[in-house]
Amino acid sequence: MSPKATLLDAQELDRALTRIAHEIVEGNKGAENLALVGVHTRGVPIAERLATKIGSFESVTPPVGKLDITLYRDDLTEIALQPVVKKTEVAFDVAGMRLVLCDDVLYTGRTARAALDALIDMGRPAVIQYAVLVDRGHRELPIRADFVGKNVPTRQSEVVKVRLAEIDGADEVVLEELPTP
Amino acid sequence: MTMAKQVGDARTWIRGARLVTAAGDQGTADLAFAGGVIEGPTPQGPVDVEVDGSGLVLTPAFIDPHVHLREPGFEVKEDLASGLAAAAAGGFGTVVSMANTDPVIDEPGLVRWLIEKAASLPGARLHPAAAVTMGLGGTTLTDAAALKEAGAVMLTDDGIPVSDGEVMRRACEWAADLGLVVQTHSEDPTLRRDGVMNEGAVSERMGLPGNPRIAEASMVYRDCAIAAFTGARVHIAHVTCREALDVVAHFKERGAPVTCEVTPQHLSLTDEAFASFDPIYKVAPPLRTQDDVDALREGVKRGVVDCIGTDHAPHTRDEKHADLLSAPFGIANIEVAFPVLYEALVKSGDLDLSALLRLLQDGPAHVMGWDAPTLDVGAPADVVLLDLEAARVVDPSTFKSKAKFGPWDAQTLQGWPVKTWVAGHLAFDRAESGR
Amino acid sequence: MSTQLEHLIDFDGVPIETIHAIFETTEVMAQVLERPVKRVPALQGFTVATLFFEDSTRTRLSFERAARAQSADVMTFARGGSSASKGESLRDTVATLDALHVDAYVVRHPAAGVPRQMAQWTKARIVNAGDGRRAPPTQALLDAYTYRQATGRAFEDTRLVIIGDVAHSRVARSNASLWHALGAEVVLCGPPTLVPPALAALPGVRIETQLDVAMEGAHAVMALRIQRERLTSARLASLAAYTAQYQVNEERLAGAAEDVVVMHPGPLNRDVEIDGALADGPRSLITKQVANGVPVRMAVLYHLLVGKGSR
Repeated sequence: MSPKATLLDAQELDRALTRIAHEIVEGNKGAENLALVGVHTRGVPIAERLATKIGSFESVTPPVGKLDITLYRDDLTEIALQPVVKKTEVAFDVAGMRLVLCDDVLYTGRTARAALDALIDMGRPAVIQYAVLVDRGHRELPIRADFVGKNVPTRQSEVVKVRLAEIDGADEVVLEELPTP
Repeated sequence: MTMAKQVGDARTWIRGARLVTAAGDQGTADLAFAGGVIEGPTPQGPVDVEVDGSGLVLTPAFIDPHVHLREPGFEVKEDLASGLAAAAAGGFGTVVSMANTDPVIDEPGLVRWLIEKAASLPGARLHPAAAVTMGLGGTTLTDAAALKEAGAVMLTDDGIPVSDGEVMRRACEWAADLGLVVQTHSEDPTLRRDGVMNEGAVSERMGLPGNPRIAEASMVYRDCAIAAFTGARVHIAHVTCREALDVVAHFKERGAPVTCEVTPQHLSLTDEAFASFDPIYKVAPPLRTQDDVDALREGVKRGVVDCIGTDHAPHTRDEKHADLLSAPFGIANIEVAFPVLYEALVKSGDLDLSALLRLLQDGPAHVMGWDAPTLDVGAPADVVLLDLEAARVVDPSTFKSKAKFGPWDAQTLQGWPVKTWVAGHLAFDRAESGR
Repeated sequence: MSTQLEHLIDFDGVPIETIHAIFETTEVMAQVLERPVKRVPALQGFTVATLFFEDSTRTRLSFERAARAQSADVMTFARGGSSASKGESLRDTVATLDALHVDAYVVRHPAAGVPRQMAQWTKARIVNAGDGRRAPPTQALLDAYTYRQATGRAFEDTRLVIIGDVAHSRVARSNASLWHALGAEVVLCGPPTLVPPALAALPGVRIETQLDVAMEGAHAVMALRIQRERLTSARLASLAAYTAQYQVNEERLAGAAEDVVVMHPGPLNRDVEIDGALADGPRSLITKQVANGVPVRMAVLYHLLVGKGSR
């Protein structure tokens, strides 16, 4: 795979997250009763960073949960390689909470669909919103994000790679081309 | 031991085969027979069929003192026609059929019926054994004198042991008086219990109920002791373990009228075969360990073992497609017995060819009290041509037996019967069987 | 590497990484069962059939719960007796059931080897729920999982002592095999009539007929159920004679590690193979073992069914 373009550098990525943090607080009229849920793998550090940012300008830091959506995927009867099931760690009761689901890239919408089902099976939240760092289009389900770091028109032959310091050692978002078969 | 067997009309002259008998290698020679008897190297009249025997071994057809032909009652497994054809395909000219049919062969009329029916069939000669006890019930003796009169050549409840010691003793007293051999399936049922395989490391690992060697050895001891005590000829069927063979040797050394046989499977397979959980290997007594196989081969070399008994025990594929507890005991093997033995005993260097032939000719004849088969002038024209060179893949679809499967399927074995004549009649021709 | 199971019949050929992955998945499944909605859609579209040739309601229900909790369709076949007694060969039975489009069979049979035989005749996955005296591997998995969860001790530093009717026990063989594979030391203990010396040929297993010797340094003690049938088959003189020598109780644990835990596969004969107070006490993992039955079986079904890779 060859990198074609840098969509966000470290500074831009941080700025985008800061903006989303403010939008979340604004949209929810504060941080009361608010919780962030990151989708494994890169949704988790995004949720953690957003929580820290919110805590820096609000009186409360919203709790963060980690969500694994493997058991809710819609392709488990088809898939070739068995996905590893990871632990879901949501230490708070979701019932009545205002939840913000966090992920790195919004693409087909299937991950979000699975995540919504998983969250609802844990209880009955008051509201679920959706925050993503990059929306690259090509939706296959009627899903949209409430908070978007950057909208990027892409071709399906392209891959949006989000790298985060916690996992990948550095912060950046790049566009790559799939090798032509 | 003559019986009304269809006699081959064609004067047959086998040219240039190597003549080998239990007595040894007699070199390359010709052999002619007509009217069911051997004429010698030169035909005594016009030859109808000339057979090129070059590169092949010619020897008397084998005798099997232990086969299950399943008729009457279990014709779905085997019948006289298929079983006797299978025997001929295995190089056997004479077989002794067991009595555990339905009905059990415990009445003289049944013995006569078997003999008459078999006489009209091609394939090996049939000599029926009759039961020791009525219905194999283990309690009431059969009328041994009448059964012998009808043509029974052996008394046996084979398939199950005669559990009651006194019943065995009294049966042997009758048999001694009549000069009949009593064959025993020696396994103490109270020690064998529900065992389906040899008790040992493999059965423990697999979690299957084991059948311990002491079940066999202890009852072999009882049966040998009864032979010594009553003077009856007792033939121990399918000895499978070192301990049982030691018991037989012990009694033989003391002159007891005891003989014994081993099977091709117990000389070649071990309980490790069960690792596949395939009921095809389920047989009683069970396949033992490599130490036992070694002991049996040693016993064959030392002459403690008198003969091979195949214990050809066909079942349907469906019956063997069952779980290991409910699948029936038994291996169908008569068509591959010789190559299995040739590989296990001759190619391994344990025996020379003549010694193996002794186990299939003179040995069983001695057990039965018959004259040893020969290629002499005037002897019955029961002969087999063996190809000891060609290796063949075992293809069960070509079996004459109804049981078209076995432990050696798809294996490459060497030493195959190619033509078998019984009473001068060509009872098996591998060339026509497409293999 | 893939953590997919082709079948779960015994632990032969199952990579140790897969065992650990099943433990990880089990933790997730246990979480699912604690939620308001105790069901995930993971196995939607799959059909799991429980095929019990021998009755064991607890085990069957546990598997059916595990399948339904992942939204699989469940079919139940209960058949008494052997296939042969019904006049149908085992192979024919499998062919008949295959026509119903089963993705996995959970099989229990009185004869060892049946799951292995079935695996040759079907494309479906096979889970052994107990064959003859052999493995129910899920019981061993849940025992090992429970121990790991409760103690956190590494299996490499663990000595497991299994006490009782080892000869007839499904549980003893599969636990011995699994714990050995995980790195633990395994000691089998019981009266000489119930611990055949030939078992010493099992890899990594030591046999000990003296309970006090067996107990030395034990970290986990597993008591096996004593069946009353053993009294009529000349294996035991009396239950009292067994209890006097082999009952697991606080006093007998004297030589064991200080933090030794006590396990039992159930159902319990209280005060026979295990002292009732000990079974209810703080050392006992028995209720945890029961609780882990469904999540372990959920994990096993997931690892069997999801992923076409090796199919």
